[in-house]
Amino acid sequence: MAAILETRALAAFYGSTQVLHQVDLAVEAGGITALLGANGAGKTTLLRALTAMVAVRGAIRFDGREIAGLATEDLVRLGIAHVPDGRGTFVHLTVEENLRLGAYTRSAKAEVAKDFERVFGYFPRLRERRRQQAGTLSGGEQQMLAIARALMLRPRLLLLDEPSFGLAPLVVKDIFRILRAINRDEQVSLLVVEQNANLALDLADQAYLMETGEVVMSGPADRIRGDESVRRAYLGY
Amino acid sequence: MTALLHQIFSGLATGGIYASVALALVMIYQATHLVNFAQGEMAMFSTYIAWWLIGLGTPYWIAFLLTLAISFLGGVAIERIVIRPMEKAPVLASVSVFIGLLAIFNSVAGFIFDYQIKPFPSPFPSDAWYGSAFMSPHEVGEVMVTLVVLLLVYGFFRFTPLGLAMRASAQNPVSSRLVGIRVGWMLALGWGLAAATGAVAGMMAAPVVYLEPNMMSSILLYGFAGALLGGIDNPWGAVLGGFMVGVLENLAGAYVVGADLKLTVALVIIVGVLVISPAGLFGRPVVTRV
Repeated sequence: MAAILETRALAAFYGSTQVLHQVDLAVEAGGITALLGANGAGKTTLLRALTAMVAVRGAIRFDGREIAGLATEDLVRLGIAHVPDGRGTFVHLTVEENLRLGAYTRSAKAEVAKDFERVFGYFPRLRERRRQQAGTLSGGEQQMLAIARALMLRPRLLLLDEPSFGLAPLVVKDIFRILRAINRDEQVSLLVVEQNANLALDLADQAYLMETGEVVMSGPADRIRGDESVRRAYLGY
Repeated sequence: MTALLHQIFSGLATGGIYASVALALVMIYQATHLVNFAQGEMAMFSTYIAWWLIGLGTPYWIAFLLTLAISFLGGVAIERIVIRPMEKAPVLASVSVFIGLLAIFNSVAGFIFDYQIKPFPSPFPSDAWYGSAFMSPHEVGEVMVTLVVLLLVYGFFRFTPLGLAMRASAQNPVSSRLVGIRVGWMLALGWGLAAATGAVAGMMAAPVVYLEPNMMSSILLYGFAGALLGGIDNPWGAVLGGFMVGVLENLAGAYVVGADLKLTVALVIIVGVLVISPAGLFGRPVVTRV
């Protein structure tokens, strides 16, 4: 399969501190790629580097086009949606306004109206809470809202930063089931950052393992799962 | 009784001007968490532009609209040229820039138009039918114009995609970029709208206080007091606060402290609010989770 996103020797910086080193990563078109690693390994930074939220050096190709150097706002217009860590909810706006903002870059009103129905199909709870202030939603509902907001863009690539963070196991199960459905039904490629390696390897077909700002292992999810050292360090059995 | 009612109603009329200034302050405060101390002088400068246009023979309402457009563009330009480079500067540096702008507008207005006090026309004839014992036609018109402006601003923020994007940018710039909003331009737009709103206040105030480079200095203080009283992060509160300060000021001036100490009332309100309830009457207290 061809890669929809590819980085070559990607480095990222916070001020003068380099936090990513020589990252080569490929996200297959139509696939689900997991990005694993402990706290502080650089997973979130890598996602931020992909959407120009931190200073980067190196090459990033999206759909065959060099995109390093483009602004966040322009990457969005290419169809890259980023569900950031902490969910990025507009807490003082209503659920509906949050979703409308997700479709901010799209002009076809009729299609956007259809997409409201589409995302409410995935997340019926959001339809009930439509007029409610987003800040009053539970953590799980806010995560659903964040994913729904990203879907309103009709993205081709969806970057998810720890969608399971702080949520009850049942809610997480639900969200991951929906993510799989989204990947299947919408032909959206996913890049999922997760600390919960078990969960991520179940969902993904490809996986990368990061340590201290570098990719230390990559390959099909099954093979990563079978690796002795991964099993001991990240899967806990 | 009639005298009291007259004081209250004319307080509402000046309160409308304070409300517009308060709203302009809130627009910029919400996006930047800074109070634009130059707001009053910008409004004064806009009023001079209106005066100049009217002097050229432009009909009042056309001059009015042209002034709004020019002020809007001027506000956008100020954000792009002066404020933008200060984006990551410390608060004190930004405040210095605002005070610098205040001084610049004040002296440039004096330099171009001289410091002589000029009369400024009211579009509401003094013998119009809507005048009464309680409110002069200009006062009635002033309140109407203020209300129309407030409704337009409200409608814009509440019902248009651009207004929504501006609210989003003010609340959460990072997430706003992630949905594709050009946050920098939203800030510039906010400055433009604030400048235009301030211009309305200036043009409505000028027939009463007369046109001169310092005409807005006390109005800015009252507007600021109104914004603080209502809650500087809440447009509705700020507008209501503006009207309340107008009435309070008038009543205090007429019955309590006398005309000489009227401005002190504004300062007492500012200090009082900051000491007793910094969030204002309708503001949202800032709570930070640690």
